[in-house]
Amino acid sequence: MKTKFTTDTKLASEIAYFENINLKLESGDIIDSFKLAFKTYGKLNADKTNAILVCHALTGDQYVAGNNPITGREGWWSRMVGPNKPIDTNKFFVICSNVLGGCAGSTGPKELQNGSDVAYGGNFPSITIKDMVKAQSLLIESLNIEKLFSVIGGSMGAMQALQWAIDFPDKILNIIHIAGALKHSAQNIAFHEVGRQAIMSDPIWKNGKYFENNEVPERGLSVARMIAHITYLSENAMHRKFGRKLQSRDIISFGFDADFQVESYLRYQGKSFVERFDANSYLYLTRAMDYFDHDETFRKNIEFSHNPNNHLKYLIVSFTSDWLFPTIESKMIVNQLNSLSREVSFLEIDTDKGHDSFLLEEPQLDDVIKGFLTNNFVKIDE
Amino acid sequence: MNKINSIRKDWSLIETLIAQDRKILDIGCGDGGLMEQLENNRNAMTHGIELNRDLAANAIARGFNVVHGDAELDLSQYSNNSFDYVILSQTLQAMMKPKDILSELLRIGSKAIVSFPNFGHWKIRLQLLISGKMPVTESLPYTWYDTPNIHFFTIKDFLNLCNEMNIVIEKSIGLTSKGKQFDISESVTGVNFFTHEAIFLLSYKNFEPIKIKSSKKVFAKNSVIAN
Repeated sequence: MKTKFTTDTKLASEIAYFENINLKLESGDIIDSFKLAFKTYGKLNADKTNAILVCHALTGDQYVAGNNPITGREGWWSRMVGPNKPIDTNKFFVICSNVLGGCAGSTGPKELQNGSDVAYGGNFPSITIKDMVKAQSLLIESLNIEKLFSVIGGSMGAMQALQWAIDFPDKILNIIHIAGALKHSAQNIAFHEVGRQAIMSDPIWKNGKYFENNEVPERGLSVARMIAHITYLSENAMHRKFGRKLQSRDIISFGFDADFQVESYLRYQGKSFVERFDANSYLYLTRAMDYFDHDETFRKNIEFSHNPNNHLKYLIVSFTSDWLFPTIESKMIVNQLNSLSREVSFLEIDTDKGHDSFLLEEPQLDDVIKGFLTNNFVKIDE
Repeated sequence: MNKINSIRKDWSLIETLIAQDRKILDIGCGDGGLMEQLENNRNAMTHGIELNRDLAANAIARGFNVVHGDAELDLSQYSNNSFDYVILSQTLQAMMKPKDILSELLRIGSKAIVSFPNFGHWKIRLQLLISGKMPVTESLPYTWYDTPNIHFFTIKDFLNLCNEMNIVIEKSIGLTSKGKQFDISESVTGVNFFTHEAIFLLSYKNFEPIKIKSSKKVFAKNSVIAN
């Protein structure tokens, strides 16, 4: 396999080109060539034993730490990844790639179709979590890393971590699976569907061809983001943050302006999201999450895997107030692994911050991730 | 590697009951102290369950395989005979259904190690006799209304239960309140009077395939054979 690497200065990101590789997708479609935008942090050690792949969530990107040139803000997990942070880049070599189907430089609906000057748009093939992981595994291979020390992710990132454990257990030593599940639940699919309908009913969407007129279905995409954002919080956290407080006014307006702070906050979330995310990408990635389902197959896949997976360590973390990926879903993974006598650790962290807790200040999450990585790394180093 | 001196006396006694290179489940493992000791001194492969969130987090952060959960609800997920030893140290008296837990221990493990404070100790008997109030001692330091210990039992009670459940006591160690150690089976008279803390190594006696009840209502596939 020949992989070409370049640096995109505008994106401040490395790009790996996989040409004539005929990536077969789970749907049966084939992408003949594709590219992945990725960032690395820290240094790969001489034995190449300290590489960690961080998988981003639905609207994340490769800018896990440092500056994100698209938003002009800090990377999405900069509180977790960096020198002396829980995922310590003084010790570990951290890789994060924009997923296949994403919109931060990797091949996705926003990018030009191979050999043409038109973007994919709605012609992009349907992709799954398995496809994303397959593409990532090619990236890791092209970086000449035989074995990742760890694959870490929350939410959609957790789905990828679990998929790594199923598909490439021989290429990893452990996974840290945060706020995830064996399957995307009916309720989660329902919320995604409302988001997609919001995008697709925006007249500017035009069957995914909005880019032809340099337009963006802003209304639809921002509504999708607003709905999704509610599901990432919890009732208590919302109440604590906003209550019924009014926004820039002392009395209610008897109209439909953003009277309440929570409305204003959601509108802001929607608006800023539109500036950084592609509507078609949102459709494809939410679909990929919907299709994720290892409910019936996980145990069998682990028990009868043709790649050896007995060595794998699993750290499963959930949050008490996460109603999108509730603790019970994490416990199903833990139960199945325990029934197979696998090396699994599980912690439910007590917080009111909802699904988004993994991105926020949660000292216990920091401690557990740091300790799990450090102590297990010592064990392989011995 | 340096041998770690056990923090608790019963840990070092538990260690003496365990062979090298075995797979162990520690129920109520705290922050992993006993697991660490057994990994270092017995080259054990350890798993743990801990109900307390902060202790479980500490254990995981120290690199141990620990599941944050409730033994009374979560033991059913483990397969039959998936561990060489299952350890229940100082917690049987705090369980809602001690008998069920005991049979779960021997379903999951080939052997079980159970330690508990003896309610038949003379100090406890004396306290109840003289003061007429529920005893409060070093090993049972809680008041009756504020105690996690909901099932009090004596060595005699425990031996009767084992007998009823066809459980073999392979080894039993008693500790007096002064920390003197003795073999419970050899000193028949006064055992229940002087034993402050007891540690038992248990297994099943039957050579016949036996039915084991679990919350999943599955039956043990293989015969459980006492070594």
